[in-house]
Amino acid sequence: MEKIALSAESRALIDLEVAKFPGEQKQSAVMSALRIVQTEKGWLAPETIEAVAEYLGMPAIAAYEVATFYNMYDLKPVGRHKITVCTNLPCQLQGADKIAEHLKAKLGVDFGETTEDGRYTLKEGECMGTCGSGPLCLHNNHKMHAHLTPEAVDKLLDELK
Amino acid sequence: MSLLSPSIKVCSWTQEHDNPASLETYVANGGYEALKKILAEKTPAEQIVEQVKISALRGRGGAGFPTGLKWSFMPRNFQGDKYIVCNTDEGEPGTFKDRDIIEFNPHQLIEGMVIAGYTLGAKAGYNYIHGEIFELYESWERALGEARRAGYLGKNILGSDWDFDLHAFHGYGAYICGEETALLESIEGKKGQPRFKPPFPASYGLYGKPTTINNTETLASIPWIMRHGGQAFLELGKPNNGGAKLFSVSGHVNKPGNYEIALGTPFGELLEMAGGVRDGHKLKAVIPGGSSAPVLPADIMMDCTLDFDSIAKAGSMLGSGAVIVMDETVCMVRALERLAYFYFEESCGQCTPCREGTGWMYRVIHRIENGQGRPGDLDLLMDVGTNIAGRTICALGDAAVGPVHSFIKHFRKEFEYHIEHKKCLVGG
Ligand SMILES: Cc1cc2nc3c(=O)[nH]c(=O)nc-3n(C[C@H](O)[C@H](O)[C@H](O)COP(=O)(O)O)c2cc1C
Ligand code: SF4
Repeated sequence: MEKIALSAESRALIDLEVAKFPGEQKQSAVMSALRIVQTEKGWLAPETIEAVAEYLGMPAIAAYEVATFYNMYDLKPVGRHKITVCTNLPCQLQGADKIAEHLKAKLGVDFGETTEDGRYTLKEGECMGTCGSGPLCLHNNHKMHAHLTPEAVDKLLDELK
Repeated sequence: MSLLSPSIKVCSWTQEHDNPASLETYVANGGYEALKKILAEKTPAEQIVEQVKISALRGRGGAGFPTGLKWSFMPRNFQGDKYIVCNTDEGEPGTFKDRDIIEFNPHQLIEGMVIAGYTLGAKAGYNYIHGEIFELYESWERALGEARRAGYLGKNILGSDWDFDLHAFHGYGAYICGEETALLESIEGKKGQPRFKPPFPASYGLYGKPTTINNTETLASIPWIMRHGGQAFLELGKPNNGGAKLFSVSGHVNKPGNYEIALGTPFGELLEMAGGVRDGHKLKAVIPGGSSAPVLPADIMMDCTLDFDSIAKAGSMLGSGAVIVMDETVCMVRALERLAYFYFEESCGQCTPCREGTGWMYRVIHRIENGQGRPGDLDLLMDVGTNIAGRTICALGDAAVGPVHSFIKHFRKEFEYHIEHKKCLVGG
């Protein structure tokens, strides 16, 4: 496996996270560090995870454990726009199934799949702690879109080039 | 209404102001006064714990444990580092109250954590924020910056000789990290697998140091208590159930949202505040305290008041105060199938009964929902559940069983119909 280097921007952001913890606890920054490099690179390749581990002075296997345990880390390439829809009970009661069906039909993919042009990945999500505004989706892990209707979904998809 | 007047709104009052989240709004309405007074008067920690005990504040994260008692477990004379940790890993289906505190009243949480840090002798604090609300992780960091610049955090807080700092930490998609020891593992940069207890976090917590973990709403209630006194907080609610509380109402109501009301308020009043059951429909069932709380049929629920004791007496839990409302169109088999899938998906996998049992329960409910149920399936489900409950490291095992047992107990006919007729009783 080829070694890769983290970008200066990523390292600067990771350093801010490391500073939150006692000196000997750099590993505490691994959650943020993986998020930071995933945001930059789109997904977490094994060599990316290893670079993070090395930067934080922790065993690579420990960083893999974290990357595989938390489900917002992508261990395979995803489309430019990952759309994660909550289908849990409160959202379901408020119409999430209809939104999920609409997305699947419109994009021609099922949950866990990416459109052929690499533009969108569709994912099923668990509770996002925002049930009162459901149905909901997350765009690329960080931007939440609430009160979804089929029309709102169409508009969103158009905006995501 | 503000912190200055003892209104019923303990945590949500800033929403009645322009710029609810700003430091200016908070300070203009009495914010950080409690902290100033404590630091100026060097209030002894025991006095603060005493007020929290009098207030009968019970943990808002789900278990309802008395906060004053929890605080008294922290070893007072321990010389090394200690920590205060806030739990904003709100991922229990139906719960969305803590996110609103972060979005609209971040400084009250900061003040509450600083007072807690002072009282418990902590050196630093962390707030663990659910990964999916990443935008609020960023906004809380901005609020921390404001507080730091204004001297409420950092070195020599408000000119005193006391240093304390707070930091934001985010999850990244794991419900189990809401469990307090899984949360600590996660802050240490590990998989979020709950620890075996004892030892409890008060003796062995973050980095092995004494640690107190409280829910966001619990900690955000502290400045109010210190300002108006424990007795005033107690009197907002009822004995053993002090204060007002945020209730997250979702599902089949006209106005889903958070409503802050006195503990002890009749359920019917909350339902009315949330606009009632959606138009033209009838109440069928309610999950009163987040997805882990046993479901209650409409008639039982309508007789309940919203406090820890009343809901427990009715056979469920107030939990986090997440009220999921279902009308007569809901197929209970399908609803349970989704919840069972959630627990299966989110089990951390350490304990065999939970790892295997949640999958087993999901598969059986899934086949019932899909017209392939077998005659013994309901007994099987009850039995698998009984073999999970109480036999696991953390409470997720029990949480997974509560819905299964209660849905079958109260809506057995619907499940039997599904098995016998291979289709749904609701809507054909
Ligand atoms: C599976 C599981 C998930 C939990 N999720 C949360 C949560 O999201 N937020 C929370 O405050 N407590 C949660 N808890 C409860 C915490 O373990 C802990 O009791 C609580 O944070 C203590 O704070 P409190 O005493 O102020 O309520 C969860 C517990 C379990 C077993
Ligand atoms: S009960 Fe389940 S979630 Fe909790 S520690 Fe055991 S396997 Fe993990």
